[in-house]
Amino acid sequence: MSIVIRNGRVIDPASQTDRIADVLIADGRIVGVAENLAAPAGEVFDATGLVVAPGFIDMHVHLREPGFEHAETIESGARAAAAGGFTSVCAMPNTKPVNDSATVTSYIVERARRLAPVNVFPIGAITKGSAGEELAAIGAMKAAGAVAISDDGLPVMSARVMRRAMEFARSYDLPIIQHCEDLNLSAGGDMHEGARSVRWGLRGIPAASEDVMVARDLVLAQLTGARYHVAHISTHNAVAMVDYARRHGLPVTCEATPHHFSLADEDMAAYDSDYKMKPPLRSVADRAALVEGIAAGAVTAIATDHAPHPGSEKMQEFERCPFGIIGLETALGLALDRLVHSGRITLARLVELFTTGPESILRLGRGTLAPGAPADVTIFSTEMSWTYDVNLSFSRSRNSPFHGKTFRGGPVATIVNGAFAWRRE
Amino acid sequence: MPAGLLGIEELDRAEIEAILARAKHFQPIQSQSLKKLDTLRGKMIVNLFYEASTRTRTSFEIAAKRLGGDAVSITAAGSSVSKGESLVDTLNTLAAMRPDAIVMRHAASGAPHFLARHLPTPIINAGDGAHEHPTQALLDARTILDRRPSLEGLKVAIIGDIAHSRVARSNVHLLAKFGSRIVLCGPASLLPAELAQLAPGVTLTTDIREAIRDADVIMMLRVQLERQHEASFPASEYFRFYGLQLEHLDLARPDAIVMHPGPINRGRELSSEVADFQRSVILNQVENGIAVRMAVLERVIG
Repeated sequence: MSIVIRNGRVIDPASQTDRIADVLIADGRIVGVAENLAAPAGEVFDATGLVVAPGFIDMHVHLREPGFEHAETIESGARAAAAGGFTSVCAMPNTKPVNDSATVTSYIVERARRLAPVNVFPIGAITKGSAGEELAAIGAMKAAGAVAISDDGLPVMSARVMRRAMEFARSYDLPIIQHCEDLNLSAGGDMHEGARSVRWGLRGIPAASEDVMVARDLVLAQLTGARYHVAHISTHNAVAMVDYARRHGLPVTCEATPHHFSLADEDMAAYDSDYKMKPPLRSVADRAALVEGIAAGAVTAIATDHAPHPGSEKMQEFERCPFGIIGLETALGLALDRLVHSGRITLARLVELFTTGPESILRLGRGTLAPGAPADVTIFSTEMSWTYDVNLSFSRSRNSPFHGKTFRGGPVATIVNGAFAWRRE
Repeated sequence: MPAGLLGIEELDRAEIEAILARAKHFQPIQSQSLKKLDTLRGKMIVNLFYEASTRTRTSFEIAAKRLGGDAVSITAAGSSVSKGESLVDTLNTLAAMRPDAIVMRHAASGAPHFLARHLPTPIINAGDGAHEHPTQALLDARTILDRRPSLEGLKVAIIGDIAHSRVARSNVHLLAKFGSRIVLCGPASLLPAELAQLAPGVTLTTDIREAIRDADVIMMLRVQLERQHEASFPASEYFRFYGLQLEHLDLARPDAIVMHPGPINRGRELSSEVADFQRSVILNQVENGIAVRMAVLERVIG
């Protein structure tokens, strides 16, 4: 089984490739990148006018299985990922039961192997039940396939527990991912604390609730030497602190979501729960600092924080609705729109943020078109006009603020381990 | 979206003036022996109150009945709400009974706005969380205008738990549209700096004396203990620093009036002497509440 991808603009940041070429795939592996490759018997994909990149990695998704299959399953979430141009996703552990054991990790790995059209890498919990108290079986989860640890959805509030977790993460050589939110400062909040929350009479989640947790954790990362990663970074202070630590040689990184670099609290439709997530959409200045951090290298990866919730849970009073929006299918369109077409970053930098960036944190052995690498390829257009209809989403949930938005550029085909996982109709 | 009344913010001056003028027209009816009109004959108004309220609910009921309409009141306790039905399901059920308007109070900011997107029935907001209470601001404006020719240039001090007050927000929006100078005053933890951006002409102070100095109107807010999710201020010293006392009134203009949306807590927000003070217009506010709500119901349904 082989595929030749003809005549596309091949962008492979790992080898600093950016030229028109063919890509040959056989037996699930990249064979090579060259001009006018001889086509063996197999499929030919004409990528003229398209970009051919290593498969995109989304290091932050919620697949909701086991336990919340009414919102999403490993299969439905992975289909949405493929349609968004992602070939690998990392599944956060806040399932039911929480992925805090090798048993749950193995269940996810096995379900994904049978049903998912993309690679699914579990992230194990830091603490048992993500309760923030007792460390989970980190080594056993790593042996079962976990690629990182996080209590995402919740922060590890105890500095003592976080310190111990970092020590273990370091000894197992796993990145430790924190959802940075001081729960005492954010308690009861529903949106960013600012002029909008005051106007609408909604309780605020202050930027400081993120900042103080990032500051604390950076000190602990220095103490322990752990590879520390800030999930869905959203404030200008947090970006500046991570960048400061990074420049001083600490192995710390952060990710930005498409919704945080695309929208601010001022863009919210009043009391519309499709704009409710954690961290909340921040101020215009925070959003600008995030884009600047992406352009300047302070941000290492783009991740969606794809968070499905069924309509029944989002059809409530704003303050009762759960936090989170889906994002797999709109991530590339938003990144092109807000970062590339606006002139803030190059196309090669965009590909980095989806490939070598997360790969440098997770070490999956992917994110490159080097010969011999697993044949994960994302083919996308920078120009194609298309409109997002959330009702046609592969996700089981519909909670997106980008329904009806017309994009310039988006995914065209996704190849996972040498076979097409999705093609635009 | 059906034309209800969700807030003051989205109304323009002409719309507000029209309601206030119509309310003035309805004022004398309150003291006639025969008070019933037939403007809303055959119309059905549902009052749906998810939060305890005596005066607002009663005021809306009386307003509907004086216009010849029928009013049904539902409170959360004892209804399907307490059986776990979701808000949107409850409202869909009520809407299927084809009322001509739903008057709604809810503890969640934006609850009526959320419903207005999904329901065909006009919704009148009778107070949503810490967001807006439009008929309160309208009746407050009616009450001030019964004593002053215009709102323009008036200094209005609003004192108390501003952060959690829908009365303050609606009054700020209304008064700012007519050029009043608004001073918001309260303990620092209940006075977020962003309040100054609510509307033009808004300033903030934590000093009650500064707020009251040369004021034309003093609006006291109820201390919303049920909306205190944390200890935002030391309750034991609230009255000492933010309670309105008789000697404060010497700082205000000699003809200044004192307002309160009720129910008052004597000794908590204002001293008993102030509550009974001759220029306290608290009962006029209650009376104007009916006239203003008649004007609003007529505008929405009539």
